[in-house]
Amino acid sequence: MARGRLLRRLNKNIILFGGAAIVVFFVLTALFAPLIASHDPGAIDMASVFLPPSGEHLFGTDELGRDVFSRVVYGSRVSLFVGIVAVGISVAVGVALGLASGYYGGWTDSVIMRFTDVMLCFPSFFLILAVIAFLNPSIINVMAVIGLTGWMGVARLVRAETMSVKNREYIIAARLAGLSHARILFKHILPNVLSPVFVTAALGMAGAILTESSLSFLGLGVQPPTPSWGNILTAGKDNIMFAWWLSFFPGVAILLTALGYNMLGEGLRDAADPRKK
Amino acid sequence: MAGYILRRLLAMIPLLIGITVICFFVINLAPGSAADMRVSMNPKYSETAREKFEKMYGLDKPLYEQYFIWLGKFVRLDFGDSFATDGKKVTEKIGERLPITVGLNVLSMFFIFLIGLPLGVASAYWRDSVFDRAATVAVFIGYAVPTFWLALICMYWFGVHLGWLPISGLTSYDYDSLSPAGKFLDLSRHLILPVSISVFGALAGISRFARSSTLEVLGEEYITAARARGIGEGAVLFRHALRNALLPVVTILGLSVPGLIGSSVIFESVFSIPGMGQLFYMSVMMRDYPTIMGILVIGALLTLAGNFIADVAYAFIDPRIRYGSG
Amino acid sequence: MIFKRVILCVFAFSLLFGCRNGAKEEERPQASSGGESRAEAPAVGGTNLAGDALSSSEIAEPINLIPAISSDSASHQIASYIYNGLVKYDKDLNLTGDLAESWEISPDNKSITFHLRKNVKWHDGEPFTAEDVKFTYEFMISDDTPTSYDGDFRKVTDFSVIDDYTVRVSYAEPYAPALNGWGIWIMPAHLLKGVSPSKSPLQRKPVGTGPYMLEEWDTGKSVTLKAFGDYFEGRPNLDKVMIRIIPDQATQFMELLNGSIDIMSLTSMQAARQTSSARYADKYNTYSYLDNSYTYVGYNLRKEPFNDKRVRQALSYASPRQEIIDGILFGRGVPATGPYKPGTYWYNGDVKKYEYDPEKAAALLAEAGWADKDGDGILEKNGKKLRFELITNQGNSTRSQIAEILQRSWKQIGVQVDIRVLEWATFINEYINKGNFSAIVMGWNIIQDPDIFDVWSSTRCGGSGLNFICFQNEEADRLLAAGQGSYDPAVRKAAYDKLQEILAEEQPYTFLYVPDSNTALSKRFKNVVPAPAGITYNFIDWYVPEGMRKYSFADK
Repeated sequence: MARGRLLRRLNKNIILFGGAAIVVFFVLTALFAPLIASHDPGAIDMASVFLPPSGEHLFGTDELGRDVFSRVVYGSRVSLFVGIVAVGISVAVGVALGLASGYYGGWTDSVIMRFTDVMLCFPSFFLILAVIAFLNPSIINVMAVIGLTGWMGVARLVRAETMSVKNREYIIAARLAGLSHARILFKHILPNVLSPVFVTAALGMAGAILTESSLSFLGLGVQPPTPSWGNILTAGKDNIMFAWWLSFFPGVAILLTALGYNMLGEGLRDAADPRKK
Repeated sequence: MAGYILRRLLAMIPLLIGITVICFFVINLAPGSAADMRVSMNPKYSETAREKFEKMYGLDKPLYEQYFIWLGKFVRLDFGDSFATDGKKVTEKIGERLPITVGLNVLSMFFIFLIGLPLGVASAYWRDSVFDRAATVAVFIGYAVPTFWLALICMYWFGVHLGWLPISGLTSYDYDSLSPAGKFLDLSRHLILPVSISVFGALAGISRFARSSTLEVLGEEYITAARARGIGEGAVLFRHALRNALLPVVTILGLSVPGLIGSSVIFESVFSIPGMGQLFYMSVMMRDYPTIMGILVIGALLTLAGNFIADVAYAFIDPRIRYGSG
Repeated sequence: MIFKRVILCVFAFSLLFGCRNGAKEEERPQASSGGESRAEAPAVGGTNLAGDALSSSEIAEPINLIPAISSDSASHQIASYIYNGLVKYDKDLNLTGDLAESWEISPDNKSITFHLRKNVKWHDGEPFTAEDVKFTYEFMISDDTPTSYDGDFRKVTDFSVIDDYTVRVSYAEPYAPALNGWGIWIMPAHLLKGVSPSKSPLQRKPVGTGPYMLEEWDTGKSVTLKAFGDYFEGRPNLDKVMIRIIPDQATQFMELLNGSIDIMSLTSMQAARQTSSARYADKYNTYSYLDNSYTYVGYNLRKEPFNDKRVRQALSYASPRQEIIDGILFGRGVPATGPYKPGTYWYNGDVKKYEYDPEKAAALLAEAGWADKDGDGILEKNGKKLRFELITNQGNSTRSQIAEILQRSWKQIGVQVDIRVLEWATFINEYINKGNFSAIVMGWNIIQDPDIFDVWSSTRCGGSGLNFICFQNEEADRLLAAGQGSYDPAVRKAAYDKLQEILAEEQPYTFLYVPDSNTALSKRFKNVVPAPAGITYNFIDWYVPEGMRKYSFADK
């Protein structure tokens, strides 16, 4: 009986669980990279370059004889790290601005929202490209710039939620009781507006990882020798015709991860949707 | 209607000013001046040449003054001279390439709507079915795949291995000598790969949006009522659901402009398409600030225009908006 | 002059697209042949050799077809079809006349008299005369010309037009590189005189004396050149040259396999691994010869520990050149021992060599006082670890791979290296020009004239001088001056031989290798004869036999 219900729930939320499974898989890979990797990802072996996948080298070897499997495994750390930090920045900025905007209203709201509108007008990839090229593409700059151009959606969401929450009775009561603004904001409002933020954050992870790979393609992503999926894929793309494994595996890793986060986000949104019940 | 349009246009002015401020300062606060770039690895470039260069482009004035000079020119649609030594004006450079990027994106957008809308509506109608799930995963794969990688795979497969399609560029070498029909065919063949990949990558947004707004509509009482009155499912779906679901989807048109333009950098590099994205990348690498600023502003303006068209279209379809509080 | 031009080509090339193939754009011999080889062209019994076209590609849009004011490789590549200089290099890399029929050097070695050809026409039909040469000289040194290639011309003290077809240039001191400098493309006086070059329509619609003239420039897409019927060496055989702009290298190679482009410079990897398929081998020949460039590690001599010769020598001994060549270049290259190309006249092979020998390296470091006292595998001296940053520009995967190999092999002698890959503009402006680096992986082009004053003279240290490692050696300075001061090849050779010995002993650079240049060319082109200058020196004599032609044009 119970199993039947569980299966039904699983079936109903297959997108959510599927996404979550993929995400967990890659997070675990990143966490346990040293245990999973079969070789040192930086170990150069000029005697065995461009070997196709085999038992010894699951994903083959690259132009310096490095093990592609181990590089992809370690690359997951870098790529996920880039995603997490970038999204963290987006969420922090977006939540702060959204809360302020929604809670204080008036001029604060107008200024912040106009600024948000302006930022939304830019093709963000252009902005990212220009700033990273000017600042030099270090991993820190890549994360910061992706983060700082991705907060607008979060800000709008949080503002809308805040506005709907702030006039609820318990908030008004808290204000009458003389609680400080900060306390009200962080203790009472913030927890209530977070759930849609998770959805956006999940989608943002996918976006950040893809943006890093696009930047790598243009030579402006995380720079080698630090392996990121984006730069492994880019290094492999020129040999796509004779050493397919160099680009295939990092490409699939990016694809699956971005897919996983998207499914997770979509699933969360769907699950939170009251009509679904 | 005219009043509404005017109000919308006026509301865009502060945004426009904000856009110019951000463009200008983001570019100018970046370390390393364009003059530095000119003297790089060039022992013969004297200090006086550097001063001359700075004067020529007004780089010796304080930043805020430079901004107002630039803004003054911008109002007259003059972005100044490119720093590249090709002796062109920025407007000329952008003008040569803008139509290509805009044309491609409009074409892609057309197909995105053509495919994405019915897909989303169907997904909603058969919610949680195998079709719904498959469609969901498929559009997400489109979004999640690194475009340049997919593009190269397709170019190899369809262009080299099977030899069905041209690999890159927009036209063949003998394009000018072809008949009009031949030209159309040639151009279409070149467009198949870039447009398909662009559409595949952007289906997720539209189809998910269409799906959720259809779901919303399908839950409304009047639909239930219509069904109760025994109206056929086809009529329910097309006469009621689709029409109402279409409305919010129009707004996404404006929102999807920045993404499409942004991804043009990658597309145009991979497919050798001489558009604005390619120009932007080259200008960034050359520190051609006037061109970079010009393209950033134009890109933002396109988004504004997209939003504006969406708003007006929305108001046109739904008169309540016009007379509402807006 | 060409040296600077080439540097800037490399600069612009890597700037735009990061030298993805690692091989820098070489200075191609100009697209024309000497008068005598023209006569030797196979006379295929009266058949018409004219027809077909060469389809080629550039990785970036050319910027300006007045080549003096552009510095990108695409512009210069295309300009080489359109313009001629007074002199050029023949297939054996000897300086020979181009627009000049002959020249004499005065007994005091201070002036050169050029005798110009009389049958040369500009693309618009005007005759070419001494006025054009004079104008080009004035153009180069004019303050209105935003050029970077004026250095050699500023040394001219007097320029006189003796008659319509004779000019004489004089210098304060004998200056041997000057002759090579007159390979500069000559500009049409009748179209450019009195016009500000940055406003001239010639930037987009060039008029030259060369074998091809511009037919169409479709911005961002392609440049099409057509044969110039009145070319002074005769009309070239191929009707057109079509140059497409294809920014991505992987795309370029696919277009090659697809037959859409006929000629392409292959990376070592492509040449080694991707040319065996029938798709390639049936249609293309690969021409490989030593490239005009070398790759090196440069040390900032102003800094510890690189001010100690023994440290530099140790690092050279610990650099596995052969492994780098075998691994990264797939064996397509030779070890470099100095700044000249092996096999050329100026090359001195008889210098100190640094075969891979980690033990000798370790011994040298020990002698210099470096020892691993705390047992962490890294050497120390006076409490400082032997650790530094090795930087290179991004977008060039070959260079970052070299850095990774060096990092590994230097680690074995107790030297810890951190790799940093920088975007070109930052790399140059913030690190190189400010002397703010320890060691770099870079490349230089090798030009035909042996003058390397700008790279090694102590006067070129500091600012944006090319001697950014700050090599200062009195004897080297003296030899560099001697090499510039004589037109006698033997005298120059003696000076540069000695200079190579000094460089080999001092190791201001670890000279790594000279790579092969690998060119893929469609088999339908005939009369392609590889020579020391490569294959394009007799481009105008290439032809495609009837029946094999691919393109035909109605409007011949």
